Amino acid sequence: MLEKLLHLDRRIIFLLIALAVGVPLAGGWEFDQGGNPRTTAVYDHIEDLPKGSVVMIAFDYGPASMPELHPMAVAIARHALQRGHRVVCFTMYPDAPLLIEDVFDKATEGLDKEDGVDYVNLGFRPGFVNVILGMGADIGAVWKTDFKKRRYGDLAVTKGLRTYDDVGLIVDLASSDTPAAWVLYAQQRYKAKVAAGVTAVMAQDYYPYLQTHQLVGMLNGMKGAAEYEKLIGTRSDASKAMGPQSCAHFLIILLVIFGNIVYALSRRRARRATSS
Amino acid sequence: MPEHLLGLSTEAIGIWIAALLTLAIYSFLYKDNPVYKLAEHLFVGISAGYGVGITYQQVVVDLIYKPIFRPAAVNELRPDYLVIIPTILGVLMFLRFSRRHGWLARWPICLVMGYGAGAGIPALVQNMLEHTRYTMLPLVPYNTETQAFQWAAGLSGLIMVIAVVTTLCYFYFSKQHTGAFGRAGRLGIYFLMIAFGAGFGNTVMARISLLIGRMQFMFYEWWPLVTGLFHRG
Repeated sequence: MLEKLLHLDRRIIFLLIALAVGVPLAGGWEFDQGGNPRTTAVYDHIEDLPKGSVVMIAFDYGPASMPELHPMAVAIARHALQRGHRVVCFTMYPDAPLLIEDVFDKATEGLDKEDGVDYVNLGFRPGFVNVILGMGADIGAVWKTDFKKRRYGDLAVTKGLRTYDDVGLIVDLASSDTPAAWVLYAQQRYKAKVAAGVTAVMAQDYYPYLQTHQLVGMLNGMKGAAEYEKLIGTRSDASKAMGPQSCAHFLIILLVIFGNIVYALSRRRARRATSS
Repeated sequence: MPEHLLGLSTEAIGIWIAALLTLAIYSFLYKDNPVYKLAEHLFVGISAGYGVGITYQQVVVDLIYKPIFRPAAVNELRPDYLVIIPTILGVLMFLRFSRRHGWLARWPICLVMGYGAGAGIPALVQNMLEHTRYTMLPLVPYNTETQAFQWAAGLSGLIMVIAVVTTLCYFYFSKQHTGAFGRAGRLGIYFLMIAFGAGFGNTVMARISLLIGRMQFMFYEWWPLVTGLFHRG
């Protein structure tokens, strides 16, 4: 029996995880999300900005990280638009411009907001550091046209937007080490206000940046997105995912404990066998 | 492009393709198979093709062609011939594929390295100093207004100092890890294990989130189409 448990077919664990996620999802199980000071800091910063401020969202992720970062993008863009701010989005990932379009479709649902007036998708530019540094000197020189080929200078939403001094907050939604680049080249050099939304895998690396106040706040993975959704009073994909997320975590905790018990028992049996 | 095909909208066809490819990828969890391989190759090929298409349109056309040949389209009054210099340097990169002229690729690489180091090193040093500064926390902090002792902040600062010092001890290899120094290094291992545990927890959350994302797609977008087929039938 012990031998069987020690060499348990991993496909049984896959099946258990699928059930732990699938059953709460099908049943619509919900778990309330408590507050988080790091998420609330981003929310408060956007709340406190004067109406008409510019909130920039850098989409530094591709479709592979959508489940974690896309709900954040929708929630933050919607919040900023509801507060009457201008939302300017762009990406340095070639596969992200269409993700921005999708975010605007969802974030503007039921709001009287106009593309080019209240929000804009500037599209994709290569050359990460160059773009961040270039925007510190002249944003219009970096983004001469938007994703729909409209000239930067002709857009109402970018009126008066020349450098980081004209930006209320930059939110970097990242699936790789890009928030550090935003801190190094935009926050340190140009004193821009930077916040980050990161995948949970990376979150641990960015806690020191919160302690040093180089980041205004941070959203950590799907849970961060759910917390933000709660703050703005919506219940979307991230909030609905917290039931399955909690069940899967509970199962993994049980499996870790179970695995350790079985391992300890097998070691004890091996010691007994050796001594006898 | 037709909006309907075989009685299905193009959006529904897209959802069906995405759902079948999702199932094909997850079939790997049972065991490696040709359907998984097909989906994997499709993913790599389509991602690369899409990236090339977007990059051509938004870099070659928007940043090279238009500034030189259609300046009005990018807010300029006259052609920007300076663009030719980085374009030539970019083309030189491709000479790596030539045995005879491959050495020319070193020039743009040198430029990129020099620029990267020049822009990066001062910023990294400044960042490191900033992080070091915030590691030096007061061990006996008082509220500046009420003069009350902030025990939580003091404890946090104390743990921070002990964790940093003992972890550094563990990574100091020029002295043998014996005596008090060895014990400090061993304490450092515990702090490292706590950090790895937190990292593992976050990694689990990230991976489960990806699974939930796919399952939400299957439940909320694909499954209604499947049940719709039966109802229609």
